[in-house]
Amino acid sequence: MNTRDVVLEHVSIRFGNYRAVENAHLSIRGGEFFSFLGPSGCGKTTLLRCISGFVQPSEGRVLIGGKDMRNVGPNKRPTALIFQNLALFPLLSVAENIAFPLEVRGVGRKERRKRADELLEMIALPGTGDKKVHELSGGQRQRVAIARALAAEPDILLLDEPLSALDLKLRQHMRTELRAIQQRVGLTFIYITHDQGEALTMSDQVAVMNAGVVEQVGDPQTIYNRPKTPFVASFVGETNAIPGAVMNQQGALVTLDTALGPLTGQSAGGRDYQAGERCTLFVRPEQLALADAPPATNAIAARRVNEEFEGSIRTLFLNANGVDLRLYRMNADASGPALAADGTASIWFRPEHATVLPADPSRSG
Amino acid sequence: MAALRQLWSTIADRHGLGVAVFIGVAVLFWVLVLIVLPQLAMFDVSLRHNLPRPEIGGPADVYTLKNYSYFLFGNGALNTLDIGVLVKTLIAAVIVTLLDIVICYPIAFILAHSATGVAARMMVIGLIVPFWINDILRAFAFRILFGATGVINGIGQALGLWSSPIDFIRADVALYAGLAYTYTLLMVFSIYNAVETLDRNQIEAARDMGASWWRVHWRVVLPVAKPGIASGATMVFMLTAGALAAPQILGGPSNLWFTQIIYQWFNDAGDWQRGSAYATILLVVCLAFVFLMMRVFKVSIGAIGR
Repeated sequence: MNTRDVVLEHVSIRFGNYRAVENAHLSIRGGEFFSFLGPSGCGKTTLLRCISGFVQPSEGRVLIGGKDMRNVGPNKRPTALIFQNLALFPLLSVAENIAFPLEVRGVGRKERRKRADELLEMIALPGTGDKKVHELSGGQRQRVAIARALAAEPDILLLDEPLSALDLKLRQHMRTELRAIQQRVGLTFIYITHDQGEALTMSDQVAVMNAGVVEQVGDPQTIYNRPKTPFVASFVGETNAIPGAVMNQQGALVTLDTALGPLTGQSAGGRDYQAGERCTLFVRPEQLALADAPPATNAIAARRVNEEFEGSIRTLFLNANGVDLRLYRMNADASGPALAADGTASIWFRPEHATVLPADPSRSG
Repeated sequence: MAALRQLWSTIADRHGLGVAVFIGVAVLFWVLVLIVLPQLAMFDVSLRHNLPRPEIGGPADVYTLKNYSYFLFGNGALNTLDIGVLVKTLIAAVIVTLLDIVICYPIAFILAHSATGVAARMMVIGLIVPFWINDILRAFAFRILFGATGVINGIGQALGLWSSPIDFIRADVALYAGLAYTYTLLMVFSIYNAVETLDRNQIEAARDMGASWWRVHWRVVLPVAKPGIASGATMVFMLTAGALAAPQILGGPSNLWFTQIIYQWFNDAGDWQRGSAYATILLVVCLAFVFLMMRVFKVSIGAIGR
């Protein structure tokens, strides 16, 4: 067992009658970049605070490096938490902030300063040690918070939406930087976010949470391409949801009877459906395509409602027999199949690009 | 001056000329008529001779420093009695202030960061209620509480902690307790105001980095609380050093508070000139002491006003 492994064993957390986290059961391998992704209020921050020791699980266990963390205070755990608002100490200098974990351990003043300067070098802020925190920009503070957490030499770094206060460009830059730091230091990063872009670009594994429940754990590609629940399908990325009833199933392919005619998609997780079962077919906007000739399967006759230009892509808002659909076209495709002059189009998608999930969420998974 | 003009035009623009004039007059009245003029008058009186009524304004009514020199040298040798009382008063005020800091810091911290809802409101009400009871009554209540046959001696003897009644009054325990109790609220609210601004995450961050509770307070909470402690300490110190009723009622028979000497000069001796000089001495010494402490603890005057 790696000291940087984290295991959640059937962890439930309740505050009075409120169930913040419900039976979270998963393991995080040492050295992994692991994200908890979910909307605000889904319990992801509570779970993070539970791993760092500020909240005790009502049921279940948290194991770090194979050791049960019950009754181990936050100051005794090999974790370092980076707060959403960073929680840098405004009255201490940058160097004192970074060296705080060392001061706690009784490291001498000279040695502390040396280590702080090394870490400042690492985060590309050399010579700023004597500044006050408020003299730094948002992105610089961000990096100071990371350096302070790393100074504690933790096995596990916990990050609570640390990028949410930054502007878009800086956020994208910090994503790359965080990932690079993680790979350099080889620590387990547990990252909390409501931004699916952050979760997908940085993570080795993503856990999608909704209303206190971990709905799916997987690598970003699986989460995006093979969602296991309707929530995961609709929360992660844009998607088109087409309701219908099961007509038949052939292996992994399920055909639904929908308002747009029979449509075929992949059965989520290879589960078996009964004929007549209410289901939803999810297909991503980029998997929908305009067709030249009417295709053999999954042909949809749609009408253009609106169009938006977004730079690299153009979004077509379509309507097919009362169902709203969204289709992305790369701008480079201008020469491909086009809409007819009257705004009608024939569109289609590959069956393996669509996912069929039960409409009743309690039957999913 | 530019800042004042700026303030004036801001108030006039936002609230109208009427409000600006009212604020201006009120502030001027407060500062000039209620603070500066009485002190100047007192200072002027302190520099004069105690003359019989007909001689006032006559040729004998000239400025003198004899009231001040009397405090230092009395009728010849060093006036150890009065100087001693002043020093003892200051030491007692410092002790009361320290007591209040020690008692109120944890209360203010809990109030700001742990107590919520009903518990917090109950704590605040509990702190305010003592102020519904007047000064004299409160002092006498403490006299009864700490008296030879009082509640505390009763309980102590019943539990067998001590056999014969302890004279808390003579030992000044009652006085310190009474004064410390009276000014708790001022100290709690001052510290609360400062500590409340502290971001909870900073406490948790320090905890997370392995700091003990002791270090969390020393390095994270106390620096934020410092201006609050300073403003609370200033108020408690000044009010304690200037208290009259409590030392009169709760003080031991052999113990004199400096304010009591001032009171005696004014009232019993009818010597307002000397009383004024003594009051001025108390004010100046207290201010000097406060400024010295602020220097020592590196607190700026602006931080206290926050």
